[in-house]
Amino acid sequence: MLYFIEQSLNGFQLGMLLFLLAAGLTLIFGIMDLVNLAHGSLYMLGAYFAATFAEATDSFVLGAILALAATFAAGIVLEIIAIRPLYGRNHLDHVLGTFGLLIFFNDLVRLIWGPAGMTLSLPSEMLHAVQIIPGVYYPVYRLVIIAATLAVAALLYFTVMRTRLGMLIRAGASNREMVGALGVNIKLLYTLVFGLGAALAGFAGLMQAPILTVQIGMGENILILAFVVIIIGGVGSIRGAFVASILVGLIDTMGRAFVPDILRSVLSNFGASTLGPALSSMLIYMLMAGILVFRPEGLFPAASK
Amino acid sequence: MRAVAEPLLQISGLTKRFGGVIASDAITLDIPRGEFHAIIGPNGAGKTTLIGLLAGEIAPQGGTIKFDGSDITGLAVHRRSQLGLARSFQITSLFPDCTALDNVALAVQANSGHSFRFWRDARNDSALRGPAAAVLARVGLAGRADTRVDRLSHGEHRQLEIAVALATRPRMLLLDEPMAGMGLEESARMVGILRELKGDITTLLIEHDMETVFALADRITVLVYGRVIASGDPAAIKADAAVREAYLGEQQATDHG
Amino acid sequence: MSARLNPRGGIAVGLLAILALLPLYASLTGDAFAITLFTRIIIMAMAAVSLNLIMGYGGMVSFGHAAYLGIGSYAVGILWKEGIASGFVQWPVAIAVSALFALAVGALSLRTRGVYFIMITLAFAQMVYYAALGSDRYGGDDGMTIRQRSQFGGLLDLGNRTLFYYLCFALLIASIYLVSRIVNSRFGLVIQGARSNERRMRAIGFPVFRYKLVCFAIAGALCGLAGALFANHTNFVSPAMMFWTRSGDLMVMVVLGGLGTPFGPLIGTATYLLLEEALSRVTEYSGLFLGPGLLLVALYLRGGIDGLMGDARRG
Repeated sequence: MLYFIEQSLNGFQLGMLLFLLAAGLTLIFGIMDLVNLAHGSLYMLGAYFAATFAEATDSFVLGAILALAATFAAGIVLEIIAIRPLYGRNHLDHVLGTFGLLIFFNDLVRLIWGPAGMTLSLPSEMLHAVQIIPGVYYPVYRLVIIAATLAVAALLYFTVMRTRLGMLIRAGASNREMVGALGVNIKLLYTLVFGLGAALAGFAGLMQAPILTVQIGMGENILILAFVVIIIGGVGSIRGAFVASILVGLIDTMGRAFVPDILRSVLSNFGASTLGPALSSMLIYMLMAGILVFRPEGLFPAASK
Repeated sequence: MRAVAEPLLQISGLTKRFGGVIASDAITLDIPRGEFHAIIGPNGAGKTTLIGLLAGEIAPQGGTIKFDGSDITGLAVHRRSQLGLARSFQITSLFPDCTALDNVALAVQANSGHSFRFWRDARNDSALRGPAAAVLARVGLAGRADTRVDRLSHGEHRQLEIAVALATRPRMLLLDEPMAGMGLEESARMVGILRELKGDITTLLIEHDMETVFALADRITVLVYGRVIASGDPAAIKADAAVREAYLGEQQATDHG
Repeated sequence: MSARLNPRGGIAVGLLAILALLPLYASLTGDAFAITLFTRIIIMAMAAVSLNLIMGYGGMVSFGHAAYLGIGSYAVGILWKEGIASGFVQWPVAIAVSALFALAVGALSLRTRGVYFIMITLAFAQMVYYAALGSDRYGGDDGMTIRQRSQFGGLLDLGNRTLFYYLCFALLIASIYLVSRIVNSRFGLVIQGARSNERRMRAIGFPVFRYKLVCFAIAGALCGLAGALFANHTNFVSPAMMFWTRSGDLMVMVVLGGLGTPFGPLIGTATYLLLEEALSRVTEYSGLFLGPGLLLVALYLRGGIDGLMGDARRG
């Protein structure tokens, strides 16, 4: 039971990280119709920046703030130089072009930071586990991740729903041409949205850095999950990304935790250890396949285009 | 054993809504075998929606469609075509980097059994190209057979649209504004083609050109805001007060303008 | 829509000549590495030929094609591990399993289009990747060394490098020829028509889904064979060969050489792999050049083709 609660929280926490990535991805895809495979690279940059700045300033928080700013800036620069020419092109061009950026960033990071990866250590207070409900201990830092991401989600929700920028974003997600016709500076809007997405990705990268990893190519695994999330949630929909992220995070984590055991009780040990990991990682893809068959526009479609 | 010949196409209570807009409002219409039937109506009357419903691209919210006695309401687009219900597109929809003959040959191929043949060269297959050439000749494009579609004129595109539909040897044609965007000479040619088809193949024609409609149609149905407001032979339609008010009056004003 | 088997300019002819004569050069100069490199190019070109069938001619942008390389390789590896080293069993199994997987993936994926299709094919490939990753018996993350090449009962000794090279070369030529016959056949015209104007194809009565699915399976099967060859070539299988970035590599190779052309996949593969090889000798950070190069190809070398639908192909 305790294990179940712990895994649920882990799943929720993974979902939160996924949300940060998926939110940016879905905005960029929804508004600029851009498939961005380099999104994971920004996630990676966030982690590397954080590790570097934290070491330089000897403060996790300061390092995180600087990393966030740096990733935002990197996103803006990237958008202006490499992403802008891709707008309006077909998705295959996007896939190829941003794939090239992904390759570029992997080697760039290796050039600057070396092949070995980095570590980002936490302030000692965060390493403890606290008792959240009687009998259940959960690391402080993971709670911090959940709290911070929920705060960001709330901020994002507020921005998108209540500000003028948010209105433009929502309008752009449901009808691109109209926004241009409204006389809005589309270029600026696109750049800001991309920068926002980059910052979110960077934030996810730096948040997970202390507990997971800071290494080259780290974005490649989670990027696919993020795409699965936005397809399940509905492209262009932040609400959809939120719900789908939690769903995917929970299913993936719980699946990995419990499916092998469930299989073991049904199949032989050999069958379980061979099929178990495979099946649990397949669960989310099966969910995505199901969505694509029965409700291809996603759970919360942004609008008709 | 049917005592009286059933209408080839029986539309009954066909309804389609897009959000709050009613595009097709309980349309009921029978088209007997061999008839040349025209549908007219002001813009936004739901004519193209009707074609979409009949062709199977759009699913109705209510009503049924029967073709030659069988209910085809739930059938997929390609199945309806296989049953003999062919359509042409209002906005030309062809294969741009192929020749006119290639386009028609593909339609002939669709009508020639399955295409799970992986070896023999289909581009030089006389079993396909022969009939295709014949269809092209029928619509007056014989001389343009080897011209790429993107080098044909707009009028020739519209002719080719009809050729492609004809090549599947349909029992009924759904023609969606075949004369759209045509000049005088091209229109006259198209009327000739349509006249040649009349009596041979049951046809449902959607058109704006009133002269053509009244000259060719055996019966006319008038659609306004998705609803059938009148249906009958040309003389009856011309005389119908509701039609005059809703449509013809406005049309005459623009015609004489 | 013509896809005649005319080599594009002299490039393809030249390339074929080089490939045919390479072992001669290698034996004269003693450059064994050249054979290894070019065997790899030939095998990957075969995979690219299969992807070109669905992507170039069919307009189905599959981002999960590396999965079939993996399935074919693992078929050889798993069978060897379980005591079956006969190529007469391994290779047909590789082809059959790949075809079946492609049928399953295609049945679900081909209901979608555009970027959704791209993503779902990617996701299915990832599933295979994870399945391989989790299979401890067959090496898991570390992969598995295959200590014996596919046995053909004394007819062919795949251990002979030159023989193996020419076998792969022959199979590549056969693949190119096979694909060219397919795309010009009735089946191929349906596939190309569906790429060009699927709506029209349905309107004239083609059950398009069926044809695309079969095409998808054929491409999977062919790539599975390439996978079997690859396992023999490297004597090693690992999940890494199926990671989605490898599918990206395959897509690049196909696009680079020219989508929907008979020899494009070969030209693209040779260019990409040779470039990669040349760059890696000059710098440790080839990605710094390949990456932007790829972006430039996507932006300019594809001639601004807007969509795979109906792009005018000369010839």
